[in-house]
Amino acid sequence: MREARLTVRSCGPLVSYQDGGRFGMMRFGVPASGPMDRLAHAAANAAIGRPHDATAIEISMGGLELVCESGEVTCCIAGGDFRVLHSGAVAAPWGVRTLRPGDVLSVHPGRWGSWAYLAFAGEVRCNHWAGHTATHSTSGLGGGMLASGAEVVVRDATVYEEKQGDLPVPDFARARSTIRVVLGPQSAQFGPEASAALLQESFAVTSAYDRMGMRLAGPALVLKDALSIPSEPVVRGSIQVGGDGVASILLADHQTMGGYPKIATIISSDIDGVSQLQPLDRLRFQAVSVDDGVRLARSHAMVTRRFLEEVALRRVTLHDRLMQENLISGVVASSDAPTH
Amino acid sequence: MNERSTAGDAWPRFTPVADHALLVSFGDAIADDTSAAVLGLDRALADSPPPGMAECVPALVNLLIDFDPVVTDHEQVRAHVERLLRTSSRGQAPGQLREVEVCYDEDFAPDLAAVARTVDLSIDDVVNNHLQAQYVVRMYGFAPGYAYLSGVPRAIQVPRKPAAVRGIAAGSVLIAGPQCLVSTLTMPTGWSIIGRSPTRILTPNERVPFLFAVGDTVRFVRIDRAQYEARKATEREQAERDLTEREQTERHA
Repeated sequence: MREARLTVRSCGPLVSYQDGGRFGMMRFGVPASGPMDRLAHAAANAAIGRPHDATAIEISMGGLELVCESGEVTCCIAGGDFRVLHSGAVAAPWGVRTLRPGDVLSVHPGRWGSWAYLAFAGEVRCNHWAGHTATHSTSGLGGGMLASGAEVVVRDATVYEEKQGDLPVPDFARARSTIRVVLGPQSAQFGPEASAALLQESFAVTSAYDRMGMRLAGPALVLKDALSIPSEPVVRGSIQVGGDGVASILLADHQTMGGYPKIATIISSDIDGVSQLQPLDRLRFQAVSVDDGVRLARSHAMVTRRFLEEVALRRVTLHDRLMQENLISGVVASSDAPTH
Repeated sequence: MNERSTAGDAWPRFTPVADHALLVSFGDAIADDTSAAVLGLDRALADSPPPGMAECVPALVNLLIDFDPVVTDHEQVRAHVERLLRTSSRGQAPGQLREVEVCYDEDFAPDLAAVARTVDLSIDDVVNNHLQAQYVVRMYGFAPGYAYLSGVPRAIQVPRKPAAVRGIAAGSVLIAGPQCLVSTLTMPTGWSIIGRSPTRILTPNERVPFLFAVGDTVRFVRIDRAQYEARKATEREQAERDLTEREQTERHA
């Protein structure tokens, strides 16, 4: 059996194995977990012929460096605008490449984005829990976290020369600074000043940002009266407001129940985009009607499906690859590359 | 209870949650008939889910239906729920009875003496009260496998501690107010720790690794230290057997 073995040379916190997510278990206190940016995760898999929900490595802003010890395998990186180095050479933040013994791949945060995905053309070996490898960060259940010195084993490792090359980064896969929400379910418990502040002022992402959620800095969202509600189900995208008036967005590893009122809930099409913001980035909320929320979900589903199909079908010719490499080095040289 | 009857037609209340979920509430205060209504709808949805339902999550006074907005929308899900509420009788099928073993030894129950002092009973009386009650699984929350059981007898109800204590072992039997739970992970808790259970609520090796379903009835059964240690030893052996089996399967794969 063809197998590729890699060793983690260095690795920040919150770098984990994630498949598409463990859906349907919120009734047991288990959120879906899975990728913080579902579209980028699916794109990384699709580009190398893997099922969209296959296990990939989620790379946090802590970064990751791997060295290929044995075997060879094609891999894809997608998500955010990370600085990718392949054996020292600058590579596109979204792209397919092949790792061979001695190759070093390093992925570190760049101009935007908090999460990148590294998918392999093969089966990544890691723990399953409750039928999935998605890692629930607070319990460690699932595939688990990576750490320096860990070994990454890919079975049925495959090389696809024709898939190598850069991937397009569509606008809808970028970090979003205007986040659309449906008000509620507890918007009635907030005074009119709070709703106005939510929609008219801007908020900043704080460093209290992990897979469970993102705490925001901004105007205090004051409750009309200090009502507490019986614990009720919350979802990925709930904007929960604590007794101190501070808003937090619940994300992939959220608790399934919460007793804090939710002033608004982010629509599903904007969750990936908000997750790709970095600490200190600013965002604004925009209210949409329930019907518009559903319409946006449907058009987003269509657009992303088409994108994933294109990514899966693409074949890169040598000419295209050379063109892309020229373009990329041009872009890098003109913007953030260190002076040569 | 009065909440519901006086509220008349106000319940159930339907609240949209973003583009992909509907919250169905049967009251705004915790009460037995509110919970029964939630569990009744939960069962009815399990028997006949609306098209596009992804999952439903029962809680104390309400239930969340998460759905695929590409397939359906809030209005269609609401119409389906209203049909179910008209046609299904509430809470007919009681959940299963589950037994959970508890060892109340002092080192497993650091708060037992304090609970006894607070409610002015002997330690044995507290334990007997805990054992005699029947509990109902109302919901899961906080962390994977944290099942909230209602039914702690009034005589031994104590409030939550002012601050959480960190690093409480998995399997701890906790009480706060009318609620009881058996922890599944090492986590902080502000609840009183009155025993330790070898019964796994969350098991690592199965596809649906939870002992209870929401709506199940739970009884606690007292065991001594020797029985506790024997259960843990059996569990360790089983875990080792599972691991060996898995490794063999992988080698043959």
